[in-house]
Amino acid sequence: MLELIVISSLNGILFGMLLFLMASGLTVIFSMLGVLNFAHASFYMLGAFFGFQISRWVGFWPALVLAPLLAGLIGIAVERYGLRHVHKNGHVAELLFTFGLAFAIEEVVQIIWGKSPVDFRVPAVLDFPAFTIFSTNYPAFKMFMLLVSVVIFLSLLLVLKKTRVGLIVQAALTHPHMVAHLGHNVGRIFMLVFGVGTALAAVAGVIAGPALVTQSNMAALLGPILFVVVVVGGLGSLPGAFIASLMIGLLQTFAVSINTSPASLFGPLDPAWATTWLSDIWNVTVAQVAPVLPYLLLVLVLIFRPMGLLGTRET
Amino acid sequence: MRDITTRIAPPLPTTAEKLKFYGMWVGLALFLLVLPKIFASGGALTTFCLIGISIIFALSYNILLGQTGMLSFGHAVYYGLGGFLAIHAINYFGGHKWPIPLPLVPVIGGATGLFFSALIGWVMTQRSGTAFAMISLGLAELIASSALILRSFFGGEAGVSANRTKMFRVFELSFGPQIQIYYLVAAWTLIAIIAMYALTRTPLGRMCNAVRDNPERVQFVGYDPHVVRYLAFCFAGMFAGIAGSLAAINFEIANSAYLGAVQSGTVLFAAYIGGIGFFIGPIVGAIFVTVLSIGLSDLTSVWQLYFGLFFIGVVMFTPGGLTGLMMMHRPLWRAGMLTKMLPSYLLAGVPTFAFLTGIMLAIETTVHYTAHPNEDPNIRAFGIPFNATSPLTWSAAVLLIVVGFILARITWRRVAHTWDETLTAARAKVHPL
Repeated sequence: MLELIVISSLNGILFGMLLFLMASGLTVIFSMLGVLNFAHASFYMLGAFFGFQISRWVGFWPALVLAPLLAGLIGIAVERYGLRHVHKNGHVAELLFTFGLAFAIEEVVQIIWGKSPVDFRVPAVLDFPAFTIFSTNYPAFKMFMLLVSVVIFLSLLLVLKKTRVGLIVQAALTHPHMVAHLGHNVGRIFMLVFGVGTALAAVAGVIAGPALVTQSNMAALLGPILFVVVVVGGLGSLPGAFIASLMIGLLQTFAVSINTSPASLFGPLDPAWATTWLSDIWNVTVAQVAPVLPYLLLVLVLIFRPMGLLGTRET
Repeated sequence: MRDITTRIAPPLPTTAEKLKFYGMWVGLALFLLVLPKIFASGGALTTFCLIGISIIFALSYNILLGQTGMLSFGHAVYYGLGGFLAIHAINYFGGHKWPIPLPLVPVIGGATGLFFSALIGWVMTQRSGTAFAMISLGLAELIASSALILRSFFGGEAGVSANRTKMFRVFELSFGPQIQIYYLVAAWTLIAIIAMYALTRTPLGRMCNAVRDNPERVQFVGYDPHVVRYLAFCFAGMFAGIAGSLAAINFEIANSAYLGAVQSGTVLFAAYIGGIGFFIGPIVGAIFVTVLSIGLSDLTSVWQLYFGLFFIGVVMFTPGGLTGLMMMHRPLWRAGMLTKMLPSYLLAGVPTFAFLTGIMLAIETTVHYTAHPNEDPNIRAFGIPFNATSPLTWSAAVLLIVVGFILARITWRRVAHTWDETLTAARAKVHPL
């Protein structure tokens, strides 16, 4: 039991940090541009596939740098030549533009790399168990993932709190119009923020690719959870996104490892009910409902705290 | 007081206008009646059924997006639930010999859609804008994932099937042949179109538009935008349920794909491509998207990519959709000056066409290299054969893209210029100062 708790906590924090790598970019982009980037998870997927391709050619370490750079450049191009153009048509058009983009990116990835998972392996240097707790070997690569995401988290925090750019970004989180009035080159800041945000998502993709499955549906699987994180945390709130990321990471990881169902707790259902729909609910395990839990959390948060955990803005 | 009302209120419709208005609906009904006489093949009838279902679904979606300004990513939930309930109803009524004929099953689908949207909608419509969009997405995922857990109702991956011919029969209609299903779908499509059009003319429909345009002022006037959004959401859910049950009747099966994100995305594409600003827009979009998806899938293996790119193109360049594009030309048409635009359109059309051809060539060649690298390089796309390995093809693609793009940019600027001039001239002609 203790083993389960320790391992699940580690995995949960890891998944949460990965989610935050993406959610942070999404939150900052949303706060500054006012547009929810539907294609954010697609950049995570692009990161994973670029990482896979580049690590085949020149190895994993260059890929860790090059793939996010490439994805970031694509992100910059999308903002400069796509979003900026669509901006005059309103928020709905912007959101739909990113929606169409997500759709197109998935199709392109399917054309280039196919529908089945690609063989993206953990680099040999990191392919050993880091430590053993209660007879479970914890892979070193996962520790590396945790390290990368924590380092990025800390450097983001430093940039946000200690630099001039960070100051502007922070100001734009709460008072986007004021920042524009103060005469900053808002267009360029937007473009860079979009690029950095998508590059961060791509970093998450490169480090998650070998550990999870690198497949053309990974964006569609993760995208909705990402939006849950952003809404639960409160739209436009970075600390909120951090808390929500960890919460959902832990919630899902723990749920997956619990194999309990009402049937195993209270015994099998009365035979009279066994053929009805009630038996579906009775026999379902917590692990089976794990994919649904983030959405349940979303509904609960919406009922009891519609602004999200730390949200302040209504829109 | 009376002069103000008489001055502000629009004049009562004249008999000629009334005739034109009702004549339009009668004309539509007659058109639907004779359509299968003109195109009698089985494939055409199936396509018409799909189009009819898609029209109801897209129009119901536009109650949300176009009329009330709520962008939903989970509209297929009500479509799917309506479909599942309809399938279970067909099985139950057929099995228990209840005297309920098949044409009434969509009522059950509509009631299901209404029930679930009324249940879920209150929480969802508390917020509008981006938050609503994400909540709709989350709830759709929640319900679509739950559908896979509740196997006995939703039938797991395989879905639930039914036999529509086992129902109670009136006038000896078995609803086995596709032609009978066509008339069933056509009748329901007509009813739904009229009902949804009527909805836009009610005070509620007007308040929906007000909530879309300025929710704050709606509050000042004394309405609660939340309630208005909620009512619109319920109506949208009801019509989606009708569409879903018709789909279930047509295919005699309902599976979890009905509820899924792909279905929600397709209806969004259809409504937006058609144009959300006009009532007729989603109808045009539904026809266009259905025909395109059936036609394109025969022509190329990656039609979904073209579809996505087309959607992006519509969002970027014609936010009013296809109908918006047509309506833009109405002032010119009225002034009889449409022909003035033709030369510049033709001039811009040629490089644009070259650019698009270049992109298609590049896509098809890439697809050949990644999907079937060892097969015969002489491939066909859109019925045109070409060699995917020849450097000639590649250079042609690159040339078409680069030159086409540059020329298209220049010529479209000219088009914009001519457009402004012609529009000013047309306005001056219609309303002389």
